[in-house]
Amino acid sequence: MSIDEKTAARVAKLARIKVEPEALPALAQEFTNILGFIEQLNEVDVEGVEPMTSVTPQRLKRRVDVVTDGDQPEKVLENAPDAREGFFAVPKVVE
Amino acid sequence: MSDLTKMTLAGARDALRKGETTSVELTGTFLKEIEGAGALNAFVHHTPEIAIEQAKSADERIARGDAPAMCGLPIGIKDLFCTKGVPSQAASAILNGFKPEYESTVSQNLFDVGAVMLGKLNMDEFAMGSSNETSVYGNAVNPWRRGADDTDLTPGGSSGGSASAVAADLCLAATGTDTGGSIRQPAAFTGITGIKPTYGRCSRWGTIAFASSLDQAGPMTKDVRDAAIMLEAMCSYDEKDSTSADLPVPNFEAMLTGDIKGKTIGIPKEYRMDGMPDEIEKLWADGTAMLKDSGAKIVDISLPHTQYALPAYYVIAPAEASSNLARYDGVRYGHRATLEAGEGITEMYEKTRAEGFGPEVQRRVMVGTYVLSAGFYDAYYNRARRVRALIKKDFDDVFAAGVDAILTPATPSSAFGIGEMKDADPVQMYMNDVFTVTVNLAGLPGIAVPTGLDSKGLPLALQLIGKPWEEGDLLNTAYALEQAAGFVAKPAKWW
Repeated sequence: MSIDEKTAARVAKLARIKVEPEALPALAQEFTNILGFIEQLNEVDVEGVEPMTSVTPQRLKRRVDVVTDGDQPEKVLENAPDAREGFFAVPKVVE
Repeated sequence: MSDLTKMTLAGARDALRKGETTSVELTGTFLKEIEGAGALNAFVHHTPEIAIEQAKSADERIARGDAPAMCGLPIGIKDLFCTKGVPSQAASAILNGFKPEYESTVSQNLFDVGAVMLGKLNMDEFAMGSSNETSVYGNAVNPWRRGADDTDLTPGGSSGGSASAVAADLCLAATGTDTGGSIRQPAAFTGITGIKPTYGRCSRWGTIAFASSLDQAGPMTKDVRDAAIMLEAMCSYDEKDSTSADLPVPNFEAMLTGDIKGKTIGIPKEYRMDGMPDEIEKLWADGTAMLKDSGAKIVDISLPHTQYALPAYYVIAPAEASSNLARYDGVRYGHRATLEAGEGITEMYEKTRAEGFGPEVQRRVMVGTYVLSAGFYDAYYNRARRVRALIKKDFDDVFAAGVDAILTPATPSSAFGIGEMKDADPVQMYMNDVFTVTVNLAGLPGIAVPTGLDSKGLPLALQLIGKPWEEGDLLNTAYALEQAAGFVAKPAKWW
């Protein structure tokens, strides 16, 4: 399958990665190559095979639904690019 | 003592316990070695203060007679592990300045048994790469060279800094992580030993995630005995990782008898690739003969879905990565792009991620986004997961038929030159993982053991693949192979 520039732009948008228009043709070509490689999977007969969810047949453990950690807002915010008054600060999102 | 840096973990442990050296002396020696090895670009964050403090307390423990497995032994930690108060950025610009407020379970386990951290090690960005060239720190360099040719070679990837540091005696051992071959391929390229345990053996908590269903940590060491010692120290059941295995961790070192009489070793015909270099072919045949001479029974086996492992991997790993890496949005940690007047939150996300992620990471995040997007999820992602189930079944079937371990080459070639793959298609670079990636998809333990040199004088390795949870048995087979191969070559120091 060939990926066109419009699809490449849509994928970049979905992934929230800014791609300049002039970079789109090369990106579309790379996607086409990688997806071409992946298409080999169509040769495999997967009739009746369940998609794998876990390599080890195990049921995920459940933990008790209680608070185990907390009360450390300073540590949580320590690495934030912008934090104010105990919150993460971001550009205005509501008009 | 002379040549402290050349010691193994086991040798240094015994020397410390006998009082022949101290952790402070050992640590100081390595710190000096690291200072002089800038050309290898293996250590990217240096932590000498932490190292000396840990060494002092290790010496006190040893003096008290409390000397657990790794007490006082200086190691390096891959930059993928979160280490409290120390930069941990997965070799990515997007985590510039990030200093975790917590310690990864694996590094904590190592510190609990007395290990000393010399610093953080170079790697491919978010562990995505096979040559360490996608690192924000610039590539690490392989201490090995092609004879008199001074071309810089790759140490492999993604755990390239770990491999380079261990091979160059900058630390006794190092942690690595392996999602598609990232411990075994660099170990093979640098003539050291690297094991990826069964999925679930090492806790993933605090290890920066790439593809969660494939990621496993493991040790990169100078020999098989060291791999056994360090693997035991790294493994544990951890409530903080829901896929962590609640199983006892055996004493792996005690299982190294070297006796493999009566074991059945499978040789998979599908690993005999078209165009495989004669040297790799010979290495594999030699390794097979060595195991046979040690008393193992050799059988030809078939793993029919092998050729579909790489394409399945390049759906599943990017899909999981696109989901895991969604967290890097410039809000909670790391890099945030500067915004122009009038730009809002969407521009912040898009610019932050474009500036913070390198080209290979961007490519994989976008491929993952595509294969998970509406209309393609079934055709790509679900199909890949079904093929993955078949790949695992291939292994289940041969183990059920009585095979104890599988012997394959570790890599399709020896180390290549930095930049030599620059103009190659990304898919060509992905071929580096052709022998290792099946093991991650099936969740099995796999180990790379150096067994020879190629005509250029570069190390080559074989891979042994074991049954789930039987790392002890696998290590013992690897130990027998190591004894038979007698690989002792070291790179000549040029750095």
